[in-house]
Amino acid sequence: MKIAVLSGKGGTGKTFIATNMAAVAQESTYVDCDVEEPNGHLFLRPKEVQVKSVTVPIPVVNEALCNGCRKCVDFCRFGALAYTGRGLIVLDDICHSCGGCVLLCPENALTERKKTVGEIHEGVSRSIKCITGVLHPGEASGVPVISKLLQGLDQVPTPVLIDCPPGSACTVMESIRDADYCILVAEPSLFGVHNLAMVWELVQLFQKPYGVVLNKCLPGDNPAETFCCEREIKILARIPFSHGLGFMNSQGIVAVWEDRSLHTLFAGLLERVAKEVQREYEAVAYP
Amino acid sequence: MKQLLILSGKGGTGKTTIASAFIRLSEATAYADCDVDSPNLHLISGWNIEPKRTDYCGLPRATIDPDLCIACDLCREHCRFSAISVGADYRVNTLACEGCGVCEYVCPAGAIAMKPQVDGDLMLYADSDRAFSTARLNAGSGTSGLLVTQVKRQMQEKAGRASLAIIDGSPGIGCPVIASLSGVDLVLVVAEPSISGISDLGRVIATAQTMGVETAICVNKYDTNLEKTRCIEEFCRSRGLPFSGKIPYDAVTMQAINQGISIVDIDCIAGTAVRKVYEETMQLLLGQNDGE
Repeated sequence: MKIAVLSGKGGTGKTFIATNMAAVAQESTYVDCDVEEPNGHLFLRPKEVQVKSVTVPIPVVNEALCNGCRKCVDFCRFGALAYTGRGLIVLDDICHSCGGCVLLCPENALTERKKTVGEIHEGVSRSIKCITGVLHPGEASGVPVISKLLQGLDQVPTPVLIDCPPGSACTVMESIRDADYCILVAEPSLFGVHNLAMVWELVQLFQKPYGVVLNKCLPGDNPAETFCCEREIKILARIPFSHGLGFMNSQGIVAVWEDRSLHTLFAGLLERVAKEVQREYEAVAYP
Repeated sequence: MKQLLILSGKGGTGKTTIASAFIRLSEATAYADCDVDSPNLHLISGWNIEPKRTDYCGLPRATIDPDLCIACDLCREHCRFSAISVGADYRVNTLACEGCGVCEYVCPAGAIAMKPQVDGDLMLYADSDRAFSTARLNAGSGTSGLLVTQVKRQMQEKAGRASLAIIDGSPGIGCPVIASLSGVDLVLVVAEPSISGISDLGRVIATAQTMGVETAICVNKYDTNLEKTRCIEEFCRSRGLPFSGKIPYDAVTMQAINQGISIVDIDCIAGTAVRKVYEETMQLLLGQNDGE
């Protein structure tokens, strides 16, 4: 069972929800797909961490073979190749690694090398397998790191909690691609609702089963709750705002390891999601 | 035009709250929201008019004509983005397609064409003296960097003579952030005093430095963890980075936002603190002239 946790807006509590859900399961896997700013490891503090690098293919020019025909420059839609007085130049940061230039060069002057764009850190924290993707600063796209992270997740302990990046663009899409269920985390602000609407659109586009967790709930009106009620969106849990909890988070403490009542709340949330996934599975298997 | 970009690394630290306050305080006539994945600045910018909308098209994406396709499989084999699947016929998943054109190139039957696709909306709010440029990327789209560049270009075209521009950025350090950094004079990073906030602060500063942009730092909700706030101040001191001040947690902030107004429009402790951060930041931004 793979559960993706996403939110649209940043700072609503994705990592808080994903790490604590992983921590209440008997065994589990936590995968941090927020490769631009991965933070789950700061809470779980995994041990025996192994590091693997993530590479992408980038074209290299053999200047002795290049005759300056510029077919590759004309072909590259990303503008990653330029022909100058110094010959053909590859702009690594803009290259999408499509391989087109290598394929069409009539002189076979282009080959590919591996360029490291990030790392994957794999370790263990209590009964949680903790896998983190880290994009190197200055690199434009986290997608190659995320795809690598999500390979081989079929052999890891379940449930698998996938901590997604904020937003609703390509990196989030990649992160939820194989998820069985999506948890949308929303905070009770106008911004929170506006961004909830955007990820809600995304999970529908991908036809993923989903539910909402209302985080940082305050007494009084909750615009995120109103949004869900008006659209008959399932609310899975409500987590009250508290300064104490905020402080624990800022210190990097896994809340359910310290607080019994939160442990009960998260165990209930995990059970509820497991039932939802089971129901979805049955609906597909025995329609 | 002096351009101030507001970033944070970590999401939810208060970029838009601070950007909207700065816009009010400076009476900026040019500003933009470059968080095209989750734009929010328009919700508190006080415009009562409908924006001028333009379709935003990223790169053209591949389409396969089933009548011409000979099912040779070459397109699927060569696609590095796993965007082509085979069912009853060959299909392109336009969300996975990055528009590289390799499939069109390898197709021996001429069955593949690259066709424009709308990836979002570019929006402009403008009157005789102010311009606010913003956009919204469609869910799942992978072309945010290009859209960010267009948002900034639109702002400059409409309000090129403005002396100051305030730009609200996106979280993270990837392509929209990198695109938003180009041509900017100063970045203000809104940090959060937490273990996550500190980690993300270091990464966003590293990214700004690879682009050669000067960076200042302020701490929002500083009193939620005084020890971590001290860590951030110490970090700035040790790295020689200018520190623009700190803003306390204030429950009134969320009420202001939910009413669609800026925190400097009401009397609150966060509003008072943000004025000081504003003054410090402007001195840094405008003081840059002295050195030139």
